[in-house]
Amino acid sequence: MTGNADKIVLIGGSAGSLLLIAEILEQLPVRLGYALCIIIHRSPTFSSEIEQNLSKKLNRPVVAVLDKMPIENDIIYFAPPGYHLLIEPDKTFALDSSEHVNYSKPSIDVLFETCAQVYQTNCSAFLLSGANTDGAHGLKTVEDFGGKTFIQKPEDALIDTMPLSGIQETHTSTILKNQEIIRYFSYNLRST
Amino acid sequence: MVRVTHNNDFISFTDLDEIVYLLKNISEFDLSGYSKSSLKRRIERFLIVEKMDLVDLKNAILNIDGFENYFVQELVVNVTEMFRDPEFFKQLKAKTFPYLETYPQLRLWSAGCATGEEAYSLAILLKENNLLERSFLYGTDVSLKALDFARKGVYPLTKMKSYTDNFNKSGLTSEFSSHYTAMYDAAIINNEYRNKILFSTHNLVSDNVFNEFQLILCRNVMIYFDKELQERVLNLFYQSLALFGFLCLGTKESLYGHPIKSKFKIVDSTLNIYQKIK
Ligand SMILES: C[S@@+](CC[C@H](N)C(=O)[O-])C[C@H]1O[C@@H](n2cnc3c(N)ncnc32)[C@H](O)[C@@H]1O
Repeated sequence: MTGNADKIVLIGGSAGSLLLIAEILEQLPVRLGYALCIIIHRSPTFSSEIEQNLSKKLNRPVVAVLDKMPIENDIIYFAPPGYHLLIEPDKTFALDSSEHVNYSKPSIDVLFETCAQVYQTNCSAFLLSGANTDGAHGLKTVEDFGGKTFIQKPEDALIDTMPLSGIQETHTSTILKNQEIIRYFSYNLRST
Repeated sequence: MVRVTHNNDFISFTDLDEIVYLLKNISEFDLSGYSKSSLKRRIERFLIVEKMDLVDLKNAILNIDGFENYFVQELVVNVTEMFRDPEFFKQLKAKTFPYLETYPQLRLWSAGCATGEEAYSLAILLKENNLLERSFLYGTDVSLKALDFARKGVYPLTKMKSYTDNFNKSGLTSEFSSHYTAMYDAAIINNEYRNKILFSTHNLVSDNVFNEFQLILCRNVMIYFDKELQERVLNLFYQSLALFGFLCLGTKESLYGHPIKSKFKIVDSTLNIYQKIK
């Protein structure tokens, strides 16, 4: 089975991004018209709690990605801890247990880079708060393949290393305040 | 506005297909059933490390004797640990050993064993439950380099020490350090384990059944395969299992969506332990 999502939006974050992500999710409309895939650095020991809690709270499916799962519209996906998450050309997810990238597994770069090459102009990506530089190169790849890129305003980020390195690597990124990011996900659907 | 793409970090999916096709034609390696994005990343990494471009690579595949072996070994992911996913080993013991105990002889297979840590972990678990004596283990892989490593059973001491935590969480009562001998900065797995495991090459893409097993572990291998190849491999495992034998997959791998699922009973749905029932 291959996925049906023509568009995908990625959110990458690390330390200090989870609260904002929770706020974004609460504002999401039921019909997205795209697949939303969230990748945060977390330890395998906290495994599946985030998805389960959010799913209950939001009363909609929040899925921890399984290997070879098709990418579907209107679904919220989380990258599982301990594996890299990649996008296949037939619009399915694939997992990979190879070496850490930027000391991270999952690495935001790996997801962003593989997604950009498959979804190209139909991929948008957000880079949020975090204490390392993972994601910046991936964001640049999304940009290079014609996708839209967004970065959390460094002043609004709990830890600004990740947004700052994203700003340094890309040329066309839109810098957004927290409230603007939340608003983007609640209304601004056509342009994603 | 779409920016023109000048990104030299990546090869295209067409390039990937060409390389896979070339390799398949001149060697026994058929990578056409591997997950594409992951394989493409590995090839990109290989090109950077070897300072080669695509033309060099194709030339090397065609003209350098033995290159394909080296190339494939660099493409596969050998990352592994002792007692990886400790909860798995705990449940393996709790849910399959009571049954395995009823056999006078046991054959167990770690398929895609990489550098051997999984097979040795299993041997230690068997030993602690008085099952090792009646057991024989096979560890197989496509990577000759990884298998050489596995046969030696020598691991960096620092790495071994970092596995202690996994070991303790696996519910074993012995001391982890009693299963190996430290020499300088290396740890040698005890002889009794090394004597119980045969490490040899076996390619899940092209090789067939070679024995009958009561337990097969194939963890974090099938994530690198597409659905079709997964199907083939699952059939191979089904045929290699004794009736009521167990198949264990990685924590992110399951029989979900595979027709063969109907021939198995789910023993543990989160740790993906299955029992052949037909
Ligand atoms: C990530 S390791 C898994 C090691 C161990 N089972 C674990 O879970 O830690 C994957 C292994 O699968 C092996 N592999 C890849 N393709 C294979 C094939 N076609 N046949 C047999 N082994 C293969 C690789 O060489 C690698 O050693």
